[in-house]
Amino acid sequence: MAFRRPLLRTSYEQDAAILPTWTQKGAMFFYLLAFALTALGAPYLSGIPSFFLGSTWINPVTNMLPLAIAAVGFTILVGVTGQVSIGHAFFMGVGAYIAVSLGGTGDGWQACVPFHDELGILETSSQCGLGLPMWIWLPASGIGATLVGMLVSPAAVKVRGLYLAIATIGLVFIGLHLGRMFPEYAGDFESGRKWPPLQFRFWKEETAFVDMAEDGKWFGLIHLSEEQKQFFFLLFMLVIMTVVAKNIIRSRTGRALQAIRDRDIAAEVMGVPEFKYKLIGFAISSFYAGIGGALWASYNGRMAPVNWSLFLSVDFIAILLIGGAGTLAGTFLGTVFVELTPEVVKKFTEWMGDQITGDGIVAVIANFMLTEGSGDFGPISLSPSSPGWPMSVFLWNFVIFGVLIVLFMIFEPLGLYGIWLRIRNYWKGWPFSY
Amino acid sequence: MSDFLFLAQASAGTTFIQTLMKALALGSVYVMMGLGFVIIFKGTQVLNFAASALSMAGAMFMSILVADGGFPFLPFDNPLAPEAGTTPSIPTWMINLALTLVLAAILGLIIERLAIRPMIGQPLFAMAVITLGVEIAIRPFNIDATALTGRSLGVPWGAESWNLGDALIPKSYVAAIIFAVVSVAIVAVFYRSRFGVAMRAVAFDQEAAMAQGINVARVFQIAWGLGIALAALAGVVYGMAPFPPGGNVSQEIHPVLAFRVLPVIVLGGLDSVLGAMYGGFLIAIAEVFAGQYLSQYSGTLGPGYSTIVPYIVMLIVLIVRPYGLFGTPEIRRV
Repeated sequence: MAFRRPLLRTSYEQDAAILPTWTQKGAMFFYLLAFALTALGAPYLSGIPSFFLGSTWINPVTNMLPLAIAAVGFTILVGVTGQVSIGHAFFMGVGAYIAVSLGGTGDGWQACVPFHDELGILETSSQCGLGLPMWIWLPASGIGATLVGMLVSPAAVKVRGLYLAIATIGLVFIGLHLGRMFPEYAGDFESGRKWPPLQFRFWKEETAFVDMAEDGKWFGLIHLSEEQKQFFFLLFMLVIMTVVAKNIIRSRTGRALQAIRDRDIAAEVMGVPEFKYKLIGFAISSFYAGIGGALWASYNGRMAPVNWSLFLSVDFIAILLIGGAGTLAGTFLGTVFVELTPEVVKKFTEWMGDQITGDGIVAVIANFMLTEGSGDFGPISLSPSSPGWPMSVFLWNFVIFGVLIVLFMIFEPLGLYGIWLRIRNYWKGWPFSY
Repeated sequence: MSDFLFLAQASAGTTFIQTLMKALALGSVYVMMGLGFVIIFKGTQVLNFAASALSMAGAMFMSILVADGGFPFLPFDNPLAPEAGTTPSIPTWMINLALTLVLAAILGLIIERLAIRPMIGQPLFAMAVITLGVEIAIRPFNIDATALTGRSLGVPWGAESWNLGDALIPKSYVAAIIFAVVSVAIVAVFYRSRFGVAMRAVAFDQEAAMAQGINVARVFQIAWGLGIALAALAGVVYGMAPFPPGGNVSQEIHPVLAFRVLPVIVLGGLDSVLGAMYGGFLIAIAEVFAGQYLSQYSGTLGPGYSTIVPYIVMLIVLIVRPYGLFGTPEIRRV
């Protein structure tokens, strides 16, 4: 088995398998195991500086998981169906606000009636939130976002190419205004409102069946901290959603979506109804966006309408392009890269700030790069918000992000996945050139 | 504040004239920005998402030249700067504005050379995303250099206005309209010139144009230089006193100014110069008149509802006419 030629396929089932080779099966098992053990703080890592173990790294990594769910949806819409959308943040927002309206703490159902000022039902400060458990609000957020996506898609089917991209930008701005218009759902425009925590309840009982906001034992077996519980729950969700996505892509629906991406008229000639499958593409993508948005907001606890702005959408475009267009593997590479690079840069700068007093080459570089006090002209300022030339790390991160998008587009249009393909193909024939 | 009280007491006719002037002035800004978009799209097939950052950078250049008297880290000051602490005279300000536009055009050329030229022949979306990257990379510098309170643009006429009967017409509104007329005239002359014909040929078919001996790289340069200069002009004009930033480069509105102009070019059609002009005024009229005459419903519509009127108009237009009012429909072939 192991030494047979790996890419010889004798049936369609083999070709469409999720993990077609034993190497890939083994690698996937190893990844999942390593991911789980690392989050648990496995002893084999004790020599390595605490990467996941403390709360330093597990938070950015956990934050990445719901965004990865939304990114999978974005890949299905843009990478598989070929419909360029910059409105993904809008659908995430729709999901998140459905979640908070159903699951959040609020002033009863009366507060959920819009325009209550005119109807004279409630005072303005009331907030909509029914306090329902997660098994209601999480699917509802996905289904609600799906419905909104299907509502939008008839227009989106008519509009093509760059016009579609611009139209979906309009959607994001309209969404931001809706956040300003309905404070009973969105809370204050600047500071936002609290989302329901990740808890399992049967109904509205006091103590949650599984509470992910507390340290403690899970199922009476494993002792887990709060961060680890949230990490495992979101990882579980991500794995499930990914398997579903992979199955959609390799099924009849997925093939139809790809046919539409490659040539919509040709697809229609072959009997693939364009309207139906574009609608399905939008619906699936919005479902993922809704679930991802609800989980992301719930994990972060507090969200303002500003969080669902154009920049969130741009994040997904960067994930798609840096990761590698149209593949799920590329989506995850892109998510890790886009979401963790700012953290790495921040941590690296902090580390350099510690080294500045020492001697050796690191201190020289740190002195050159960082600004401490007046009369020093390094480009990076250590204070978080100071206008004027030495820019803060926060702003430099945006610069790095933008430059990376440009560089990837110019030099590696297939993204990180393309780099991986080239490495793999090189070693496949090694030591021969082909 | 006094302006607001005046509006509240004004008669219906006066209110209409003032609203119309405001719409025309805002439309002028939209037209200039829209022309910048359209020229770049026609010349290079790039939808320039970097227009916001570049237009704000232009306004920043103006502020640095006029209010600071020279760029930091440079050994010499701006020799044409007004005396420190004074409001510049109109000729001084205009000369500095011209200098600003040249600097903005140079910035456009640099970006064209570094980011756009290597991408010739790539899909439209790839080119658009490159400009999105440029936007993200330039924006932090703008944000950092603009303090929260904004930076003065040193507009000579400040917030002064003329009386037209009962109506108050701010000088900046008239100036904005004049700037727009001049830009439209320049673009019209350019459009009929040799370069304009070359640009249209390149827009039609790059390879065929190249075979006819047209220097496509030169067309790219001219389109980007002119387009970014127009965007910078729009940024400066929008910073003049009666508009919301109040004579400043604003950290709030300037970074999204070009995104507010996207409905304009969609309404007109991405590749139509005429469309940008009609679209600019139509959208501005819709936005300003909705802001003025629906203000009694602002409790229901939410604060600042007028800024999303353009997007709603855009979505309706896109559903009815997917390529805008004047855009070239894409011919779909199997």
